[in-house]
Amino acid sequence: MNFEEIRNQATRQWKAIQQSENTRILIGMGTCGRAAGAEDTLEALNEELSRENIRADILPVGCIGLCYAEPLTEVVKPGMPGVFYGNLTPEIVPEIVKDYLVNGNPRADLALGIRGEGELAGIPNLFDLPVLKPQVRISLRNCGNIDPENIDHYVANRGYEGLVKALRMNPQDVIDEIKKSGLRGRGGAGFPTGIKWQFCHDAAGDNKYVICNADEGDPGAFMDRALLEGDPHAVLEGILIGAYAIGATEGYIYIRAEYPLAIQRLRIAIKQMEEYGLIGDDIMGSGFGFHIKIKEGAGAFVCGEETALLASIEGGRGMPRSRPPFPAQSGLWGKPTNINNVETWSNVSAILAKGADWYAGYGTEKSKGTKNFSLAGKVIRTGLIEVPMGISLREIVYDIGGGIPDGKSLKAVQTGGPSGGFIPESLIDLPVDYESLAQAGSIMGSGGMVVVDEDTCMVDITKFFLTFTQSESCGKCIPCRWGTKQMLDILVDITEGRGRPGDIELLQELAEAVKDDSLCGLGQTAPNPVLTSIRYFREEYERHILEKYCSAMQCQALVSYYILPDKCQGCMICARNCPVQAIEGGKRMVHVIDQDKCIGCGTCLDVCPPKFNAVVKVSGTQPLGVPGKPVPVAAES
Amino acid sequence: MANPSTAQETQVLLEEQEKANEKRLDEILSAYQGGREELIPILQQVQQTFGYLPEAAMKKIARFLRLPESTVFGVGTFYAQFKLVPSGRNVIRVCRGTACHVRGSGQILSDIEKQLGITAGETTPDLEYSLETIACFGSCALAPVVVTNNKVHGRMTTTKVGEILDKETQ
Repeated sequence: MNFEEIRNQATRQWKAIQQSENTRILIGMGTCGRAAGAEDTLEALNEELSRENIRADILPVGCIGLCYAEPLTEVVKPGMPGVFYGNLTPEIVPEIVKDYLVNGNPRADLALGIRGEGELAGIPNLFDLPVLKPQVRISLRNCGNIDPENIDHYVANRGYEGLVKALRMNPQDVIDEIKKSGLRGRGGAGFPTGIKWQFCHDAAGDNKYVICNADEGDPGAFMDRALLEGDPHAVLEGILIGAYAIGATEGYIYIRAEYPLAIQRLRIAIKQMEEYGLIGDDIMGSGFGFHIKIKEGAGAFVCGEETALLASIEGGRGMPRSRPPFPAQSGLWGKPTNINNVETWSNVSAILAKGADWYAGYGTEKSKGTKNFSLAGKVIRTGLIEVPMGISLREIVYDIGGGIPDGKSLKAVQTGGPSGGFIPESLIDLPVDYESLAQAGSIMGSGGMVVVDEDTCMVDITKFFLTFTQSESCGKCIPCRWGTKQMLDILVDITEGRGRPGDIELLQELAEAVKDDSLCGLGQTAPNPVLTSIRYFREEYERHILEKYCSAMQCQALVSYYILPDKCQGCMICARNCPVQAIEGGKRMVHVIDQDKCIGCGTCLDVCPPKFNAVVKVSGTQPLGVPGKPVPVAAES
Repeated sequence: MANPSTAQETQVLLEEQEKANEKRLDEILSAYQGGREELIPILQQVQQTFGYLPEAAMKKIARFLRLPESTVFGVGTFYAQFKLVPSGRNVIRVCRGTACHVRGSGQILSDIEKQLGITAGETTPDLEYSLETIACFGSCALAPVVVTNNKVHGRMTTTKVGEILDKETQ
């Protein structure tokens, strides 16, 4: 089949679905959806549909990004707009089936929004909702719309148009198109993609490789997983375009083994491409041949670094080496190699299909296009978002994210994972682009965005990141191996009440040294959480060190529990539940916690009946009037 | 000979086990050509088949790929996925990613540790449970996340932990 025939067939199939007389039900079956119980929802749906004798086409789709509302489904009755229902648990399924599918009441009280032509009273357009309105979906264009395991769905939505267009162009023109689009690497560092391709294109050598870096190791990031699960062909098409432009005939996708569903969908997608002649020796009769292999990572954060990733594909320990030579000159098995991240590749296929000028119309002067973020942490609407570069953090946290839950206040936004830093609440209007984030001491990173509120201790969370980078440091270079360890030791001391004056300065000195002298990106960026938390939250460090006070009450060693004598009724519940028998007291006696025995687990606070509310959690101080030994409970007044 | 009563019988059982393992290893290796870049995929398959990397298997892989044993051991100890000791029948993994951390995964981990009587990275003496932590499972929007035998549980709470552990033991 030539491409025209493939496209016609796919379009016919897609139209048949759209115009089917059956109701269509799209259900988000990505990892997030499944974790939220989408499989149970699907089962309940099937059961209800057969009970009511309704014929419906069920379409498992990828993540549309509204993770907070998972399990999420879209119900499309013939000739009607699709209605989205969020948090659709098996218990609500019968109501929707009966009320909407049988009786025609779309249940505006349960619906999130609608999409498509037409209106439904009382239900807003999904894309007018604050969570979606500021978003622009380019790399995620098909996620949640198509069945990721069906190549025809992708083709019917302008899929592989970019590749076919590229194959008719001169490779240099393809590179120029990417340069013109202003696309920069979405893996974190933001190097211009077209220039990177040019280096590899110009390098001498016959065998060249392209690699897709899908080793998304940042804790707090899931953009690439969702994209691969929701639209694998968008990424594969981008890889093929890059391979053609650079002159590579072989490629690898290096993906974490922790993403089994993404791996499975990639394998299915590649097989379908083979059947259609979109991958192989002579792609679409162009004479260009390309083969791709999937390599599963084995669990090492450092393998996200280009040279470490190459060492891992070659079968060794994933340890980086110094650059130059850059992979573009000497990469996999010493051959010129170009590595781009999942999201970059997905943007490439969109750029070729729709043109560089269209793409460059989004974003800022130096940061073009859109960026995916996984919005998580203490924010109401967590999810996968794609926003134009230059959007403010405020819009992301408050408009898209809906603000902070439980009436708490925002403290900081962490971008870039363990390689990034904290942006304090005071800089909430900062535009999100490569330069602004770097100026604030953080990085764009691959797109992890974790919101932290007043209940998060900045020293503790910095310790958390350093624990991660220290254990993931490969150990090859001393600044990273020892520097991260020393910084971590100091942070542990501070959070456990052993902080000493001068520790902050020592941390800063170490951080600068590790940043300047480490061999690879892991070490060079590992100090960022330390430096930004000191820069913006120095007072918290000082109070930990000088007053042994943790305002967020997260540092267990700096927190103690006391029982208030005027509130304790001597009911003995806390004493019975204390795992270390640290609570003394008898019936109708005010209980007392032995502070030497207490391990700070907080069980007493949890079990004290709310009507008494006698246990308090404090840091750096002791409430007045707490007796040293049990005394009788005061007579009720 | 289900319950070996003498040391001799135990020895026979162990030898039979070893032979069976060797046969399974040969089957795995027969699908590979012997190239150096195959080391990690082979180790992954061995890990999946046996639940860990037995010493004898690593030695044999070294011979198969014509690599020093130290290289195989070096790779086997570098990546978090590989274990040098057997895992329990139920593997419980607690996500310690950032989003999970700020949503209380530390407390959930210590709760599970308390309930199982082991700390992260250990296996219960009856080989029933292994408790592991993972850097990030990539389901941050549903934090905190616990994974039991590859089933992902989102929005965990300390009370839900107990229920899930009960279910897994059945």
